[in-house]
Amino acid sequence: MTAWKSILAATALALASSTAALAARTDVVIGIVLEPPHLDPTAGAAAAIKEVGYANVFEGLTRINSDGSVSPALAQSWTISDDGKVYTFKLQDGVKFHDGTDFNAEDVKFSLDRARAEDSVNPQKQLFAAIDTVEATDATTVTVTLKNPQGAFLYNMGWGEAVIVAPESADGNKETPIGTGPFKFDNWAKGSSITIVKNPDYWGEAVALEKAEFRIIPDAAAAIPALLSGDVHAFSNMPAGDALPQIEADSRFKVVLGSTEGETVLSTNNKKAPFDKLEVRQAIAHALNREEIIAGTPPGLGTPIGSHFAPHHPAYVDLTGTYPYDPAKAKELLAAAGFPDGFSATIKLPPPAYAREGGQIIAAQLRQVGINLEIIPVEWADWLGQVFTEKDYDLSIVSHVEPMDIGIYARPDYYFQYENADFDAIIAELDVTADETKRYDLYKQAQEMLAKDAVNGFLFQLPKVGVWDAKLEGMWENWPLAVSDLTKVHWTE
Amino acid sequence: MIPFLARRLLTGLATLLLASVVVFAVLEILPGDPALLMLGMNASPEALATLREQLGLNDPVMVRYVSWILGLLTGDFGRSFTYSSPVIDLIAERAVVSLPLAVISLLLSTAIAIPVGIFAAARRGKAADTLSMGAAQVGVAVPNFWFALILVYIFAVWLQLVPAGGFPGWKAGLWPGLKALILPSVALALPQAAILARVTRSAMLEVLGEDYIRTARAKGMPRRHVLWRHALRNAMIPVLTILGLQFAFLLAGTIIIENVFYLPGLGRLVFQAITQRDLIVVEGVVMLLVASVIFVNIVVDICYALVDPRLRSNA
Repeated sequence: MTAWKSILAATALALASSTAALAARTDVVIGIVLEPPHLDPTAGAAAAIKEVGYANVFEGLTRINSDGSVSPALAQSWTISDDGKVYTFKLQDGVKFHDGTDFNAEDVKFSLDRARAEDSVNPQKQLFAAIDTVEATDATTVTVTLKNPQGAFLYNMGWGEAVIVAPESADGNKETPIGTGPFKFDNWAKGSSITIVKNPDYWGEAVALEKAEFRIIPDAAAAIPALLSGDVHAFSNMPAGDALPQIEADSRFKVVLGSTEGETVLSTNNKKAPFDKLEVRQAIAHALNREEIIAGTPPGLGTPIGSHFAPHHPAYVDLTGTYPYDPAKAKELLAAAGFPDGFSATIKLPPPAYAREGGQIIAAQLRQVGINLEIIPVEWADWLGQVFTEKDYDLSIVSHVEPMDIGIYARPDYYFQYENADFDAIIAELDVTADETKRYDLYKQAQEMLAKDAVNGFLFQLPKVGVWDAKLEGMWENWPLAVSDLTKVHWTE
Repeated sequence: MIPFLARRLLTGLATLLLASVVVFAVLEILPGDPALLMLGMNASPEALATLREQLGLNDPVMVRYVSWILGLLTGDFGRSFTYSSPVIDLIAERAVVSLPLAVISLLLSTAIAIPVGIFAAARRGKAADTLSMGAAQVGVAVPNFWFALILVYIFAVWLQLVPAGGFPGWKAGLWPGLKALILPSVALALPQAAILARVTRSAMLEVLGEDYIRTARAKGMPRRHVLWRHALRNAMIPVLTILGLQFAFLLAGTIIIENVFYLPGLGRLVFQAITQRDLIVVEGVVMLLVASVIFVNIVVDICYALVDPRLRSNA
């Protein structure tokens, strides 16, 4: 019976020791769904790596802000040559890495050269493709020469994969990340949580928080009680699902709906019959009822899109009316394409709820016009293998979460298999255009072309469901990058 | 006893070797490229090729299998693809959660089930029997994750006595660690206890019908003595079998409970490693689990021999 005694004792002790642990308000617990595989943003694509480290632990030459704008970070200023090829960065003075070593121009040269080296495993190597040479002119000046002018260079240098690391510590960053940021890495209890603490020697504006813990909560059903019990104070993007109204009604919490860079599309294999016919793709576009798809995809808050572009961007054009929902028109187009009785195809769905649940609705909608879809659920590993690499698919659903990624449609051999020389020309011109008005105009042309060609079924922009304690301020409302930047986060009492 | 043990150990080792071939072969067939999963959709082909080379994925299958087995023999489980740390460290970190959880759950379920089972058998057909077996029936039917969620809402959200989940680590102290394991172990233990109580009851009933029990009662032995000394010991064989199976399940099969309480246990490590195609981790953990199941079975066999002397000679 000793087990019973110990349970009784445990209960009594639990009663005695359960005081509110929220008294000291310089710490915060942030819930994250996926655990990062490691903590080096220059060596892995997993979004969770940047969600923990970006702006908190690691900094780049520039940084991207919550409104999507670019501002100076480790580079305090820069000049650009008239031909747009030479960037001269003036670096911040007196910056130290978390291990005490000095930050200088050599570290910048090391980081950029490492990212673009032949044996680099940087997941966004193309960010550095335009760089020709990097020179450390003096301790606080770096000169980057590009092979050709690149309009988005400063923006690119603000990505999580372009952060500056030190040659002394770069190899150990996976386990013990050493950056220059306002927080330094403290502890990683694998499978459980990652803790960062305030960096007292930070070069810039000091942060309000002394300590932040990222707690890994993989299950949506567990996220709700974690929040309600006060164990977790905030989710940058909460897997709330159907429970969102319950949290919204609770005055202890704030629910902030924002947008992300995730264009959710019905990926279409443009080279595979019958999807190689424009009429067929147009028919699919007419058969899709976006409102219904969004409503049926928890949490039902996506923003409809008509092309591959984020609605919060200034260059966005609303093209949702290009091929409006019209099943009769869809049937006509199918008949014109030689399928008066429709046809059968497959749709391969990766694990996220937007794909698995959205896929069922889309299959039902396409059945209305005579297209019978066989639903094939696949794991991520399988999706990357079969759909993305082998291009062995008809249709799929996936959210493309990289920021400003309309250029993927110009990539040779990309899994949509879209080929349009005019489109490629627009993207090529964008790449070498620095003037903002011109860039926006080119972005508009690109969006229109994709919409007209009905390359994919353009569905909706993935929403960001920010949920945090009502007394917490400074969390990002939108996600131009999927990060949890805590530099401005503080408690109001 | 010694030859018996030696034979059991030998068959155990053979099973282990066979398991290693099966595990390795299955993972070899499993589609999916670990390098692509790690570097994502924007990865350049050169970066992928470099990473594959670094991970040793380009070597022939037999070379990889042999070097893995040789590593295992020297205690080297290899290095995780995704987490850049040795597999053995990952396993050790998770085992300090999974092992205590399994042991506490097992103790809890045994402490509840065996007395209830004996009690119900002794009062066969009476109200107490019907009531406790009715409760056990419900316990068998209720899925443990549902039960876990109910516990969380009562004790963490409503009463706020224990955390809703997570594990602070033993470094935070013995009590915070145990506190985090209370609800999960209760959630795991009750359904197990329900099964065990039913098995105990039926094993006891069978024994209580034997001639020697009647003889013992006839010679005037008190009821209590008959029950605890003669009946229970003879009813232990099926109970031990079930206990062994349950312990193996508690070590490896707790993934759902680990997810509900977001505990960093072995089950979640395996699940995560499979979705990430971190093959070397999957292989390492599965081998360890196979080894522990074999070990538990040997222990159960020894226990058989201890409770039933007849099994010592003919085993």
